[in-house]
Amino acid sequence: MAGGAVLGRLTWLPAEVVGIVEEAPRVRTLRLEAPGWGGHRAGQHVDLRLTAEDGYQAQRSYSLASPPEDGLEITIERLDDGEVSPYLVDEIRAGDRLELRGPIGGYFVWAASQADPLLLVAGGSGIVPLMAMIRHRAAAGSDVPTRLVYSSRSLADVIYRRELEALADRGDGLEVFHTLTRSQPEGWSGYARRIDVELLREAAWPAEVEPRIFVCGSTGFVEAAAAGLVELGHEPRRIKTERFGATGGG
Amino acid sequence: MSFVSRGFRRRRPEGDVPAGRVPPGQHLVGDFPVLSVGPTPRMPLADWHFSIHGGEEAVRWTWDEFRALPSETITVDIHCVTSWSKLDTVWEGVSVDTLLDAVQHEASYVSAFCDGGYTTNLPIEDVTDGKAWIAFGYDGEPLEPEHGGPARLLVPHLYLWKSAKWVRGLRLRDDDEQGFWESNGYHRRGDPWREERYWGD
Repeated sequence: MAGGAVLGRLTWLPAEVVGIVEEAPRVRTLRLEAPGWGGHRAGQHVDLRLTAEDGYQAQRSYSLASPPEDGLEITIERLDDGEVSPYLVDEIRAGDRLELRGPIGGYFVWAASQADPLLLVAGGSGIVPLMAMIRHRAAAGSDVPTRLVYSSRSLADVIYRRELEALADRGDGLEVFHTLTRSQPEGWSGYARRIDVELLREAAWPAEVEPRIFVCGSTGFVEAAAAGLVELGHEPRRIKTERFGATGGG
Repeated sequence: MSFVSRGFRRRRPEGDVPAGRVPPGQHLVGDFPVLSVGPTPRMPLADWHFSIHGGEEAVRWTWDEFRALPSETITVDIHCVTSWSKLDTVWEGVSVDTLLDAVQHEASYVSAFCDGGYTTNLPIEDVTDGKAWIAFGYDGEPLEPEHGGPARLLVPHLYLWKSAKWVRGLRLRDDDEQGFWESNGYHRRGDPWREERYWGD
C-alpha cells in the first residue's frame, strides 16, 4: 500500500473560516484557508484544534470533503452530545479562526490514476471522504466506472444531493443509488431500507468486476455493508472501511 | 502557539476528568468506538491458532491450548489516536510474557500479524514485563468480533492502533519493520503521553 501520506512533521497551522454552506439539517460545510497547507489526497482527514478563552483545548479528526484540486473543505454533522461539532455547526462564522494539521491517513485514499472500477458505499455523513473522491474524479476528467450507494434517513438529509445529481448527469460513468431509510417523498423510486445484501446485489458492482471499494459510515452501517460485500464474493482486501459517528462524541 | 477560537468553550464540567488520566489532546468517551480498515474477519475457533515466529523454533497454540494458559483480568485506560480515551476498561487475557516464555530469542522488536492482513510493530520492551496481553474477553464477555475477537493484542500504554485486532501471532525481529499504520503516516511508537500520533511527532 502506498505510504507517503506525510513526510515531515505535521505542524498545527492557523486556519480561517472563509465560507460556510448549509448542507442539510445538522450538517454544514466549512471552507478553510490555512497558509502553509501542503495539499492532500482524496479520502484523507485533518485534525482540528479549538482553544477556549480559559485555555481549554479540544481536538477532533474530520474528513476532507474537497478534492485535491480545490482547497480545504470539511463537512461536519452535529452530534448533540458532542463538544466540538455543535460549535462547528451552530456557532462558528466566517472570519473565525481555528488550528488544523494534516493531511492524515495514507490508506483510505483514492487517486484518479487508478483505473479499476470504483464502488463507494456511504451511510449518512460517511459520504464526506467519498465525495472528495467523486469530486477528484470529476476534476481530473476521469471516466472510471463509478457507483455510489448512499444511505440517508430522508431526502432532506442527503448531503451534496444536487451536486451528485449534476455529476451523474454528465454521463461520464458515475451512477448514484440512493436509499432513504426513515422517510421517502411521494413517488420515490429509489430504495427505502437499510443497506442489506439484496440491495448491494442490485446496486453495487458484482464481485467479477473487481472494483476498488470504499465504505464509510457509522459502525453499524459499515459492519453491515462490508459483511454484505464479502458475502457477495468481494475480496476483503479490496474493501477499505472508515467508521465514524462514534469516534468519541465529536 | 494557539489562539482562542471565538465562542468556543468547554461543554463538559472539568470535574468529569480525573487528573492525570487523560493524555494531552484526548477526551473521554463512555461508549467504545470501533475503527478498522476493512471488513471484520470471521475466524472459526476450530481454525484459529496463535503462533510466534522468529525464535529458535516456531511455537503455536490452538484456541484450546491458548485458553488453557494462565490468564488474568486487566483493568486499564485506553487511548485512541483519533482523540478518544476510555477509562477503567476491563479485559481478560494472556500476558505476552507467558507466551514469550515458550520461545528462545534475542529479538529487539516484534511485528504483530492479524486476520485481514493488518500488522503493527513494537519494540520488545513495550510488550514484555507485564505491559501487553493477548486479550480474549472484554467486560466479562467474550471479545466481540468488531472489537477484535476472538483475540486481540492489548498494549494499553500505547495508542490503540498498536493493540491489533484479530491478532494471530507475533514475528520476533532484529529490526523495527513498519506496520500498517506506521507505513501510512502514523508514529513508529505511539506513546499517548508524548502525543506521538503521526510521523515526526
